[in-house]
Amino acid sequence: MSAFRVEIRVMPRGGLLDPQGQAVEHALHTLGFAEVRGARVGKHVVVELDAPTRDAAAERARVMCERLLANPVTEDFLVAVEAAG
Amino acid sequence: MKRVAVIVFPGSNCDADTLAAARAAGSDAYYVWHRERDLQRADVAILPGGFSYGDYLRAGAIARFSPAMQGVAEHARAGGAVLGICNGFQILCEAGLLPGALTRNTGLRFLSRPVRVRVEQTDTPFTGLYTPGDVLEVPVAHGDGRYTADERTLAEIEAEGRVVWRYVDDNPNGSLRAIAGICSPGRNIVGIMPHPERRNAAVLGGDDGARVFLSMEAHHATQRRDGVRAVGGSQRGV
Repeated sequence: MSAFRVEIRVMPRGGLLDPQGQAVEHALHTLGFAEVRGARVGKHVVVELDAPTRDAAAERARVMCERLLANPVTEDFLVAVEAAG
Repeated sequence: MKRVAVIVFPGSNCDADTLAAARAAGSDAYYVWHRERDLQRADVAILPGGFSYGDYLRAGAIARFSPAMQGVAEHARAGGAVLGICNGFQILCEAGLLPGALTRNTGLRFLSRPVRVRVEQTDTPFTGLYTPGDVLEVPVAHGDGRYTADERTLAEIEAEGRVVWRYVDDNPNGSLRAIAGICSPGRNIVGIMPHPERRNAAVLGGDDGARVFLSMEAHHATQRRDGVRAVGGSQRGV
């Protein structure tokens, strides 16, 4: 077993209303960042775990997302694994 | 007299009001702590409003793994009546006992004010004493109350007549189809965002919500699996 650090990004599903992202976009415009064309707000979860391989760590993290970390109705997730330092 | 289990999670804050409303309707209501799986032969389980587990991760996301929710799921699968109010509705969606999800209010604000909802379905355990089309004034108190589901799910619950309550006049949180409450295909599992327990007596500003609990007490439990209740030592008549 090796130690891995999994970075999990959970985002509101594209196409769904993201009022937080809209508020951030509006605030950035107000601050003068006229070039901003959109903003979305999600969550970043870091999980440290032991697994035999990098692929196994990613697979476990995906299951964690499906069961708890992301809501399948409203959110998508992305998993990135790195060896724990 | 119905046995009504009011599930208490860390962070529940409408549990006492809900217990009182059920008792006022004549039910034998009692608390069940979230660590207990046994609902003590409940006829009805109610998940009250509040902020279970601090709404960490997502509202209702953690509560659904509690032992009490396993008991609630078993009760629901056996056809038992379940009502989720506000955070309870969020938990039922997170647990997959009701479809869809409740997301951040469109206006981002926490809303605490009376709203008007129309009763559309009266064949649930919690609406039997209303008349379809009745408009009720009941308060909302939530930050994540916008009902969301994919188009297929929305079409399905509309076609099956599973939108139990709908906001009228104004849609406070941007809910799709102005949905304020829905039920399961078997109609025994019901979720509502507004708080009927906060409007069950004139002294509270109105009694429009009282019939939710009176309906529950009057409802005939015909689908019970565990008829053992009828022969246990400590029961009252149902």
